[in-house]
Amino acid sequence: MTSQVAPLLVFGWGNLSRGDDALGPMLVEQLAGLAQMSSGRLECLTDFQLQVEHALDLVGRERVLFVDAAIGLRTPFEVSEVHPAAVAGFTTHALAPEALLQVYTDLERSEPPPCTLLAIRAQRFELGEAPSELALADLALALDWAMAWTRQTEEVPA
Amino acid sequence: MTETVRPLETAAHPQGLRRVVIDPVSRVEGHGKVTLLLDDDNRIQQVRLHIVEFRGFEQFIVGRPYWEVPVMVQRLCGICPVSHHLAASKALDRVVGGWPVPEAANQIRRLMHYGQIVQSHALHFFHLSSPDLLFGFDAAVAQRNIVGVAMAHPEAARQGVMLRKFGQEVIRITAGKRVHGTGSVPGGMNRAVDAAERDVLRAQLPEVLAWAEAAVDLAERLHTGLPKHLVGFAETPAAMMSLVGPGGAMEFYDGTLRVREADGRVAVDGFEDQGYRELIGEGVKPWTYMKFPYRLALGPDAGWYRVGPLARVQNCDFIATPRAEARRRAFVDAHGGRPVHTVLATHWARMIELLHGVEVVADLLNDPAILGGPLLATGERQRSGVGIIEAPRGTLIHEYEVGDDDLVTSCNLIVSTTHNNQAMNEAVRSVALQYLDGQTITEPLLNHIEVAIRAYDPCLSCATHALGQMPLAVTLRNARGEVLDHVHRSSRGDTVRGTRPHSAEAAL
Repeated sequence: MTSQVAPLLVFGWGNLSRGDDALGPMLVEQLAGLAQMSSGRLECLTDFQLQVEHALDLVGRERVLFVDAAIGLRTPFEVSEVHPAAVAGFTTHALAPEALLQVYTDLERSEPPPCTLLAIRAQRFELGEAPSELALADLALALDWAMAWTRQTEEVPA
Repeated sequence: MTETVRPLETAAHPQGLRRVVIDPVSRVEGHGKVTLLLDDDNRIQQVRLHIVEFRGFEQFIVGRPYWEVPVMVQRLCGICPVSHHLAASKALDRVVGGWPVPEAANQIRRLMHYGQIVQSHALHFFHLSSPDLLFGFDAAVAQRNIVGVAMAHPEAARQGVMLRKFGQEVIRITAGKRVHGTGSVPGGMNRAVDAAERDVLRAQLPEVLAWAEAAVDLAERLHTGLPKHLVGFAETPAAMMSLVGPGGAMEFYDGTLRVREADGRVAVDGFEDQGYRELIGEGVKPWTYMKFPYRLALGPDAGWYRVGPLARVQNCDFIATPRAEARRRAFVDAHGGRPVHTVLATHWARMIELLHGVEVVADLLNDPAILGGPLLATGERQRSGVGIIEAPRGTLIHEYEVGDDDLVTSCNLIVSTTHNNQAMNEAVRSVALQYLDGQTITEPLLNHIEVAIRAYDPCLSCATHALGQMPLAVTLRNARGEVLDHVHRSSRGDTVRGTRPHSAEAAL
């Protein structure tokens, strides 16, 4: 990474072919269309899921916003700070945001940039289905919050 | 089909047995779990590994235009989308009469595939497996992960991440994008490699080769240093199947099928991929969605086999790159030339493959064919095609039939984890009998089972990883079905204990 890295990173993950699981990358794509990308202050990335090499995508950022679908939410979306934590696993097929930050900490020997998790309410993950109407409505609300996040110099209160 | 019952697969009298569920839920509808049924003396009566495989993907493909398929199937799995991308392309090469593809397309595809092998193997070893080997199965949960590796062996952890990154970059310059690449199409490729991007990766090769050599060193050192009581961990003699290349060379992209018996004798050789249905059948059992492939000649009971690194390294006669071949010979010599079936040796074999992958990538980056030339071939249209490839976890089969209207009319996929279904079940039963039978269930003991599963790194068939899942849940019930204990470790690493069972436990 170099000094040319955009100070703000929005990173969403999920599978576009699996119903509400698409919410993370959908929000990032919509945000990229709305935000002032030309200023060079914001970079938007998506992937199927978090993996260890994404720790390198965090280097040099001022702030990072993670976006993912989440089950069990009572509200359209929830916002929380993410901090490094050790998480055990049995397969390489998933990595928690906390574990990613711990990888960052140990690789870079420094604290990761302030990271926020935007979790969007999700219920259905059927293959080949589009997100539900409720999920799309929640996505619109979450997008508003994310847009505000990109404009803030300080963290938007959860 | 008649169900075949193997030892410990089904308890004779399941009523009144205590039930322990290891439920590493990491996805929404698909997850793996191990169920153990214990009697009042904590003797194991039944062990089953359930991996929910999403067979519905085959129906998802039917009715789609064939040219969409190589891109669509990448959404089967977020870890090895390239393997699906290329297996589908190879099958559909046959349909468009484009097999073999032009030399440039062949070399670019090979480069893409070996990049996939490198990135996936690096992720597996450094992120998933090395913690167990470095710290032992009884180490604290907080240490048994990449974090522990990074703290204790920071340079090894960094090299693991950088190896993964290198493999991802190889994929990007060949497939066009970091994820959801579109480079491979039926009949060939739609893009060549940019010379400037090639040169960037070529400049990294000396360092990457050194990292890969160091990875084999680490895996070998960890394996040969295992304490005596773990040397035979989860030893499950099994036949071994993989593709091999000309002369019996290790081969990941294209070759013929070979099956070697558990005692090392070659049973099947030179079997053409298009006829795989004459070699392999697919059995079903009522307690799991995932099928059980078997050799038709031996039937569903005796015909199961293993695929993946441990099978491939022993199934081939040699590796065509010098560094990896030297390591393969060391692997064979270390075991006295005898077949190896202890699952922990998989990690050593995997790192030998990673080194081979880097060597092949190096060769291909020096091949001017990847920079351009004819990329597409066409010919007489066929109704169906089979594509077989060695994905990181083992043999991957795609088969399609396409109608005159260009729509897919039939699809059959056999993924690596499905091939290994019985082998994984046998490994888990071996561990349960060796370490848990008659014992009080503790977290380190449960981890022994997870260690056996981790060696295979089962693919959970498609990336769906919404927040809020619990990677591990354990429920203990008494003979009357009452919950005695329940523990779950959330996806954020915190452990909660209580008496409320996880919902998935009801789905036994």
